[in-house]
Amino acid sequence: MTVAKPLPHDAAHLHVTGQARYVDDIPTPAHCLHLVFGLSDIAHGIITEIDLDPVRQAPGVLAVLTADDLPFDNDVSPSAHDEPLLSKGEIFYLGQPIFLVIAESYLAARKAARLGEITYDERPAILTIDDAMAANSRFEDGPRIYAKGDVERAISEAPHQVRGSIEVGGQEHFYLEGQAAVALPQEGGDMIVHSSTQHPTEIQHKVAEAIGQPMHSVRVEVRRMGGGFGGKESQGNALAVACAVAARATGRPCKMRYDRDDDMMVTGKRHDLRINYHVGFDDEGRIAGVDFTHLMRCGWAQDLSLPVADRAMLHADNAYHLPTARVTSHRLKTHTQSATAFRGFGGPQGMVGIERVLDHIAHFLGRDGLEVRRRNFYASGGSISRTIKPHTTHYGMEVTDFILHEMVEALEVSSDYHARRAAVAEWNARNPLLKKGIALTPVKFGISFTLTHLNQAGALVHVYQDGSIHLNHGGTEMGQGLFQKVAQVAADRFGVPLAAVKITATDTGKVPNTSATAASSGSDLNGMAVKIACDEIRDRMARCLAELHQADPAKVVFRDGHVEVGADRLSFAEAAALTYQNRVSLSATGFYKTPKLQWDRIKGYGRPFFYFAYGAAVTEVVIDTLTGENRILRADILHDCGASLNPALDIGQIEGGYVQGAGWLTTEELVWDDKGRLRTHAPSTYKIPACSDRPDIFNVALWDGQNREETIYRSKAVGEPPFMLGISAFLALSDAVAACGADYPALDAPATAERILAAVNRVHA
Amino acid sequence: MTLCINGADYPMPNDPRTTLLDHMREKLNLTGTKKGCDHGQCGACTVLVDGKRVLSCLQLAQTVRGDVTTIEGLSKNDTLHPMQAAFLEHDAYQCGFCTPGQIMSAVACVSEGHAGSDAEIADWMSGNLCRCAAYPQIRAAIASVAQAEAEG
Ligand code: FES
Ligand code: FES
Repeated sequence: MTVAKPLPHDAAHLHVTGQARYVDDIPTPAHCLHLVFGLSDIAHGIITEIDLDPVRQAPGVLAVLTADDLPFDNDVSPSAHDEPLLSKGEIFYLGQPIFLVIAESYLAARKAARLGEITYDERPAILTIDDAMAANSRFEDGPRIYAKGDVERAISEAPHQVRGSIEVGGQEHFYLEGQAAVALPQEGGDMIVHSSTQHPTEIQHKVAEAIGQPMHSVRVEVRRMGGGFGGKESQGNALAVACAVAARATGRPCKMRYDRDDDMMVTGKRHDLRINYHVGFDDEGRIAGVDFTHLMRCGWAQDLSLPVADRAMLHADNAYHLPTARVTSHRLKTHTQSATAFRGFGGPQGMVGIERVLDHIAHFLGRDGLEVRRRNFYASGGSISRTIKPHTTHYGMEVTDFILHEMVEALEVSSDYHARRAAVAEWNARNPLLKKGIALTPVKFGISFTLTHLNQAGALVHVYQDGSIHLNHGGTEMGQGLFQKVAQVAADRFGVPLAAVKITATDTGKVPNTSATAASSGSDLNGMAVKIACDEIRDRMARCLAELHQADPAKVVFRDGHVEVGADRLSFAEAAALTYQNRVSLSATGFYKTPKLQWDRIKGYGRPFFYFAYGAAVTEVVIDTLTGENRILRADILHDCGASLNPALDIGQIEGGYVQGAGWLTTEELVWDDKGRLRTHAPSTYKIPACSDRPDIFNVALWDGQNREETIYRSKAVGEPPFMLGISAFLALSDAVAACGADYPALDAPATAERILAAVNRVHA
Repeated sequence: MTLCINGADYPMPNDPRTTLLDHMREKLNLTGTKKGCDHGQCGACTVLVDGKRVLSCLQLAQTVRGDVTTIEGLSKNDTLHPMQAAFLEHDAYQCGFCTPGQIMSAVACVSEGHAGSDAEIADWMSGNLCRCAAYPQIRAAIASVAQAEAEG
C-alpha cells in the first residue's frame, strides 16, 4: 500500500536543489513585458484629473492603460461583478489600481508607476466597524441571522448571565511567494496563462471575459504555489487579467508580480471583526442560550465575504451543544482592502467567539475552563443509539461523529494537564512579575464548501503502453502535499510504485470546471475523482486480461507492480501493453461529488458539511507583567485526520496550522491610519512567527481513528482545522493575565505585548 | 570584472544599481534563489559569499567580492550536499519557496558553529521566515547535520 505512508513531498528533490519552478521562475520567451499597477493614495473619492504623460514618457515604458482602454469586461470579482481591474473614476480604498504600466523591464515599470499625477475630489471614508454601522454601509440588505429556540428567554431565565465583546484582528497571508502571473499570447487570440492561483478555472473565466473570448480559448496552468492560505483563491485574478489584456494589446508575453509592499497594500486579508456576546448559564457553566453579533469588516468589494461570514456563523458553536442560540452577522462595507479567504474561511473567527464565552463563564464561576468546556460538549458519537438522539447544531445539522470526549481525555493525560495547571497556579502564587497561563481548547470544523455546488471534482488519468501513469486533477499544490497524497492513491489503485505515477501541473485544458483548492477539500474531492478514474482503467484492464486468460475479471489482482491473472503474473507494463494491443482504452476521467449535502444559507438550515474534523490543543505561556512580553512554553496537540493518507504531511500541516493560528491571535497586527492607509505593509512592521518563536516543547500526535463517512481511504481533511488549535495560545495568555487580578481580562486579539500590558494594568486596577 | 557564482564566471550587470538577486534571476537564469520581500527581511534570497550568509536582495551585484554559492551550486555531480539531503530526509518544507534560502542559511549556521542546540539553531535561523511554519522540521534537519559533523 502506498497510502497511509509518511512519504515526502512529491517535488522533494526539486525543492532542495532549487529546481522547483514557481511562476516567476518559468523561463519567459524573449521580449517579455513587465507590468505594474499605479495605485490610489486616498481611501475614497472621485478622480477629477489624471495625467499619465509623465508615465508614458518614462524610459522603457511601452504603454499605459486605464479603464477606458480595456476592450471588454473591466472586472476581476469572483462573485458580485463589483471589482473593476482599473478604477472607473471612483476610488474605494487606498491602494486601488488606477492604471497599468507596461514596460520593457520590471524596474522601468515600477519607477514609471510612481509618476502618475492624479487629482481627486476626496470624500469621507468609511474605515471602521462603527463608521460602517453608523452609515448602514453593508453587503446584503441587512444582517443574516441563524437562530435556534427562544434565546432571549433562555438567557434571562438562566441562573447567570455575562455580556462582553471582543475585537479580533485580521491577518495578512504573507505567502512567501507573492502574487504572480504570466500571459503568453497564442494564434487566433488564444491565451495561455501561468498563474500562482488556487483557482485556475476562475482565472480562466475572468481572463476569457476580459479578452472577449470563450473559455475554450484560454488555458491556465498551475504547477505550484509558494504558499496560498486562501490568499490566492481570488486575489490573483487582477494580475492574470492584467497580463492577458496587456498581452492581447501588445502581442507580446506579459508578466506581473507584485512587489511585497504592493501585495500587502492591494490584496485582501482575513476579515477582522468585533463579536458581541450575551450568554446565560447555570452554576456548573452549562450554557442555556447564547446570543452573538458578528460585525465583520469586509472591505470595499464583496469578493468571498458572504460565504466567509456564513462560515463564521456556522462555527459559532465550535464543539458545544447550544440549547438555544442566535448569531447575527453584519457584513460591513468599508473603504479598505477587500477582505478575502484565509485558512479557516471565517471558521476561526466564529470559533474565537464561543471559546471566549466559555473562558468568560469559567472565570465568572471560578471554575477550570476545561471542566466547563467538557460540560458543554456535544454528545459523543459513540453514545448515540436508538434511545439517545444526537445533538443538533444551531443550523439544524445533527452531530453524529463527535469524538472530542475521547480525544480530550487522551490529551489531558498525555499533556499532564491537571498537574501542570496546579504547577502554574503555584508558580503564579510565588512570582509577582512573571505569570504563567494554560488553556486547553478543542476544534470541531465542518468539511465541505458551504456553496454546495462547489463540492465536485474531476480527474484525468492515462496509462501509457510502457506502464507509466500520467495523473491530472483539478486541485492545486501550494505546499499542503495534495499532489503527493493523490499520487499515492493512484499508485495504490494500480498496485505500482509511486515512481510510476507522474503528477502534472493543474491545467484547465485537461480537467475543466474545477472548484478552488480550498475549504480543506483538496484531497477529499480530488483523491476520490482520481480513484474513480483509476478504477475505471483498472477494471477495463482486468476485463481484457481476464478474457485473454479465460479467468474471472473479479479475481485479477494488481499489486507489487504486477498484475496477477489466474496462474499468470505479468508486469504492470506488460499488462498495459497487452491491453493496448487489444484495443482497449487506457485513459479515463473521474468525477466525484460529495454526497448527503443539503443547505439553505438564507434560512441557515440543513446539512452544509459532509463531516467534521476534530482536534484539541493545550498551550502553556508565560508573560512579563512589566512589559507584556510573552512566549509559548509548551504546546501539546492531538488531531484527527481520520485514517491519515500521509502522516508526515499531516503532522506538517498541523504544526504549521497551529503556529499560523497562534500568530494571528498574538503578534500579527494590521494597523490602518485614520486616512485608511495600511501602515503594516512589509515584514518589518508585520510580524509573522519566526523560527525562534517556536514553543519550547511541541508535541503533536494524530488521533487513531477512521472517518465515519466514506471519504478517500476514510481519511479526513487537514488543511484548515489545525489553524484553530492556535486559539489555545490566546486563551493561555488570557489565563496568565487573569492571574494578575480579580477582573476578567477581556483580552482583544491579536494579544500583542502592548495589549497584554494594557490588560494586566486593567485587571490590577 | 566578472562575477564568480558556483565556480563559473558570469558578466557583471551594466547598471550599478542592480542587485545580485535580480541579476542572477533575470539575466543569469539562476532562479533557484527566491525573492520573498526584496527588503532584506525574509531570508528567501540568502546566498553564500565566501561561505558567509548574504541577502542577495540587498547586495548590489557590482559590489560583490568573493565567490558566490547558490542553491544550484550546493550539490556536486548530482550528489546532494548533506544539508540538502537532511532537508529531504526531514521533509523540511511545505510549499518550498523559502527552502533555498533556508538551506543556504543552514549551511552557514552550521559552519559558523551556531548549531549547538535547538535554541541556538532557532535564534540563528530566525532571519529566514517560513510562512508554512515548517520550523520543527527545519531545525531537526540542521541539528542532524551539525551532529553528524560533530561526530566527524
Ligand atoms: S528577498 Fe531578500 S530578504 Fe527577502
Ligand atoms: S515552506 Fe512555505 S514558506 Fe517555507
